[in-house]
Amino acid sequence: MEGGFGSDSGGSGGGKLDPGLIMEQVKVQIAVANAQELLQRMTDKCFRKCIGKPGGSLDNSEQKCIAMCMDRYMDAWNTVSRAYNSRLQRERANM
Amino acid sequence: MADLGEANEAELQRLVAAEQQKAQFTAQVHHFMELCWDKCVEKPGNRLDSRTENCLSSCVDRFIDTTLAITSRFAQIVQKGGQ
Repeated sequence: MEGGFGSDSGGSGGGKLDPGLIMEQVKVQIAVANAQELLQRMTDKCFRKCIGKPGGSLDNSEQKCIAMCMDRYMDAWNTVSRAYNSRLQRERANM
Repeated sequence: MADLGEANEAELQRLVAAEQQKAQFTAQVHHFMELCWDKCVEKPGNRLDSRTENCLSSCVDRFIDTTLAITSRFAQIVQKGGQ
Protein backbone atom coordinates (compact mmCIF):
# COMPACT_ATOMS: atom_id res chain seq x y z
CA MET A 1 0.00 0.00 0.00
CA GLU A 2 1.57 3.20 -1.13
CA GLY A 3 1.95 5.76 1.63
CA GLY A 4 2.90 3.37 4.43
CA PHE A 5 2.33 4.92 7.81
CA GLY A 6 1.29 8.29 6.67
CA SER A 7 0.50 10.51 3.80
CA ASP A 8 3.06 12.75 2.21
CA SER A 9 2.64 15.63 4.60
CA GLY A 10 3.49 18.48 2.27
CA GLY A 11 6.15 20.82 3.57
CA SER A 12 8.28 18.60 5.79
CA GLY A 13 10.86 17.29 3.34
CA GLY A 14 8.46 15.21 1.31
CA GLY A 15 9.15 11.96 3.19
CA LYS A 16 6.71 9.12 3.14
CA LEU A 17 6.86 8.47 6.88
CA ASP A 18 5.23 10.94 9.23
CA PRO A 19 7.10 11.38 12.53
CA GLY A 20 3.82 12.13 14.26
CA LEU A 21 2.32 8.79 13.33
CA ILE A 22 5.52 6.90 14.18
CA MET A 23 5.56 8.59 17.58
CA GLU A 24 1.95 7.59 18.20
CA GLN A 25 3.00 3.96 17.90
CA VAL A 26 6.09 4.55 20.06
CA LYS A 27 3.99 6.17 22.78
CA VAL A 28 1.51 3.32 22.78
CA GLN A 29 4.30 0.78 23.14
CA ILE A 30 5.85 2.73 25.99
CA ALA A 31 2.47 3.01 27.72
CA VAL A 32 1.88 -0.74 27.42
CA ALA A 33 5.33 -1.52 28.82
CA ASN A 34 4.75 0.88 31.70
CA ALA A 35 1.39 -0.68 32.51
CA GLN A 36 2.99 -4.13 32.61
CA GLU A 37 5.72 -2.88 34.91
CA LEU A 38 3.15 -1.24 37.16
CA LEU A 39 1.01 -4.37 37.39
CA GLN A 40 3.95 -6.62 38.14
CA ARG A 41 5.21 -4.42 40.98
CA MET A 42 1.72 -3.76 42.32
CA THR A 43 1.00 -7.50 42.40
CA ASP A 44 4.20 -8.13 44.29
CA LYS A 45 3.58 -5.44 46.90
CA CYS A 46 -0.08 -6.29 47.39
CA PHE A 47 0.58 -9.98 47.70
CA ARG A 48 3.02 -9.22 50.50
CA LYS A 49 0.62 -6.84 52.26
CA CYS A 50 -2.55 -8.87 51.91
CA ILE A 51 -1.80 -12.56 51.87
CA GLY A 52 -0.49 -14.02 55.09
CA LYS A 53 -0.33 -17.76 55.21
CA PRO A 54 -1.49 -18.88 51.75
CA GLY A 55 -4.70 -20.88 52.05
CA GLY A 56 -6.75 -22.91 49.62
CA SER A 57 -8.18 -19.81 47.96
CA LEU A 58 -8.35 -16.04 48.39
CA ASP A 59 -10.89 -15.33 51.11
CA ASN A 60 -13.12 -12.24 51.22
CA SER A 61 -10.84 -10.16 53.41
CA GLU A 62 -7.88 -10.93 51.18
CA GLN A 63 -9.81 -9.93 48.06
CA LYS A 64 -10.95 -6.69 49.69
CA CYS A 65 -7.41 -5.99 50.79
CA ILE A 66 -6.11 -6.55 47.28
CA ALA A 67 -8.64 -4.10 45.82
CA MET A 68 -7.80 -1.43 48.38
CA CYS A 69 -4.10 -2.08 47.99
CA MET A 70 -4.31 -1.50 44.24
CA ASP A 71 -6.03 1.84 44.75
CA ARG A 72 -3.53 2.88 47.43
CA TYR A 73 -0.63 1.80 45.27
CA MET A 74 -1.82 4.08 42.48
CA ASP A 75 -2.42 6.92 44.96
CA ALA A 76 1.10 6.41 46.23
CA TRP A 77 2.39 6.37 42.68
CA ASN A 78 0.83 9.78 42.05
CA THR A 79 2.22 11.19 45.30
CA VAL A 80 5.72 9.96 44.50
CA SER A 81 5.45 11.22 40.94
CA ARG A 82 4.48 14.70 42.13
CA ALA A 83 7.24 14.76 44.75
CA TYR A 84 9.86 13.74 42.21
CA ASN A 85 8.66 16.30 39.70
CA SER A 86 8.77 19.05 42.34
CA ARG A 87 12.27 18.07 43.33
CA LEU A 88 13.48 18.11 39.74
CA GLN A 89 12.04 21.57 39.26
CA ARG A 90 13.66 22.79 42.46
CA GLU A 91 17.03 21.42 41.37
CA ARG A 92 16.68 23.07 37.96
CA ALA A 93 15.79 26.39 39.59
CA ASN A 94 18.97 26.15 41.66
CA MET A 95 21.18 25.61 38.65
CA MET B 1 14.53 1.90 5.74
CA ALA B 2 12.39 4.37 3.85
CA ASP B 3 13.68 7.87 3.52
CA LEU B 4 12.22 10.19 6.11
CA GLY B 5 13.65 13.34 4.73
CA GLU B 6 16.05 15.50 6.74
CA ALA B 7 13.46 17.64 8.46
CA ASN B 8 11.36 14.64 9.48
CA GLU B 9 14.46 12.80 10.68
CA ALA B 10 15.46 15.67 12.94
CA GLU B 11 11.90 16.03 14.20
CA LEU B 12 11.73 12.32 14.94
CA GLN B 13 14.97 12.47 16.90
CA ARG B 14 13.63 15.36 18.92
CA LEU B 15 10.38 13.55 19.70
CA VAL B 16 12.16 10.30 20.58
CA ALA B 17 14.51 12.17 22.94
CA ALA B 18 11.49 13.71 24.68
CA GLU B 19 9.89 10.26 25.11
CA GLN B 20 13.14 8.84 26.45
CA GLN B 21 13.24 11.54 29.08
CA LYS B 22 9.65 10.75 30.09
CA ALA B 23 10.48 7.04 30.21
CA GLN B 24 13.46 7.74 32.47
CA PHE B 25 11.20 9.69 34.81
CA THR B 26 8.70 6.84 34.94
CA ALA B 27 11.41 4.25 35.58
CA GLN B 28 12.67 6.34 38.47
CA VAL B 29 9.17 6.58 39.95
CA HIS B 30 8.89 2.77 39.81
CA HIS B 31 12.18 2.58 41.67
CA PHE B 32 11.04 5.03 44.36
CA MET B 33 7.84 3.04 44.80
CA GLU B 34 9.90 -0.09 45.33
CA LEU B 35 11.62 1.47 48.34
CA CYS B 36 9.09 3.96 49.67
CA TRP B 37 5.97 1.78 49.68
CA ASP B 38 7.54 -0.58 52.19
CA LYS B 39 8.79 2.27 54.36
CA CYS B 40 5.61 4.30 54.38
CA VAL B 41 2.54 2.18 53.83
CA GLU B 42 1.36 -0.22 56.50
CA LYS B 43 -2.00 -1.81 55.90
CA PRO B 44 -3.75 -0.41 52.81
CA GLY B 45 -6.88 1.51 53.90
CA ASN B 46 -9.63 3.48 52.21
CA ARG B 47 -7.30 6.33 51.41
CA LEU B 48 -3.72 7.46 52.03
CA ASP B 49 -3.62 9.54 55.20
CA SER B 50 -1.48 12.67 55.40
CA ARG B 51 1.22 10.93 57.43
CA THR B 52 1.67 8.39 54.66
CA GLU B 53 1.64 11.05 51.96
CA ASN B 54 4.30 13.07 53.81
CA CYS B 55 6.37 9.94 54.29
CA LEU B 56 6.25 9.15 50.58
CA SER B 57 7.25 12.70 49.60
CA SER B 58 10.05 12.76 52.15
CA CYS B 59 11.20 9.36 51.00
CA VAL B 60 11.78 10.67 47.49
CA ASP B 61 13.69 13.71 48.74
CA ARG B 62 15.79 11.74 51.22
CA PHE B 63 16.68 9.15 48.61
CA ILE B 64 17.89 11.91 46.28
CA ASP B 65 19.81 13.51 49.16
CA THR B 66 21.38 10.13 49.88
CA THR B 67 22.40 9.77 46.25
CA LEU B 68 24.01 13.21 46.31
CA ALA B 69 25.77 12.53 49.62
CA ILE B 70 27.19 9.23 48.42
CA THR B 71 28.30 10.68 45.09
CA SER B 72 30.08 13.55 46.74
CA ARG B 73 31.75 11.51 49.50
CA PHE B 74 32.79 8.84 47.04
CA ALA B 75 34.48 11.49 44.89
CA GLN B 76 36.43 12.59 47.96
CA ILE B 77 37.45 9.03 48.78
CA VAL B 78 38.65 8.40 45.25
CA GLN B 79 40.51 11.68 45.20
CA LYS B 80 42.40 10.77 48.35
CA GLY B 81 43.66 7.67 46.59
CA GLY B 82 41.58 5.21 48.55
CA GLN B 83 39.64 2.35 46.99
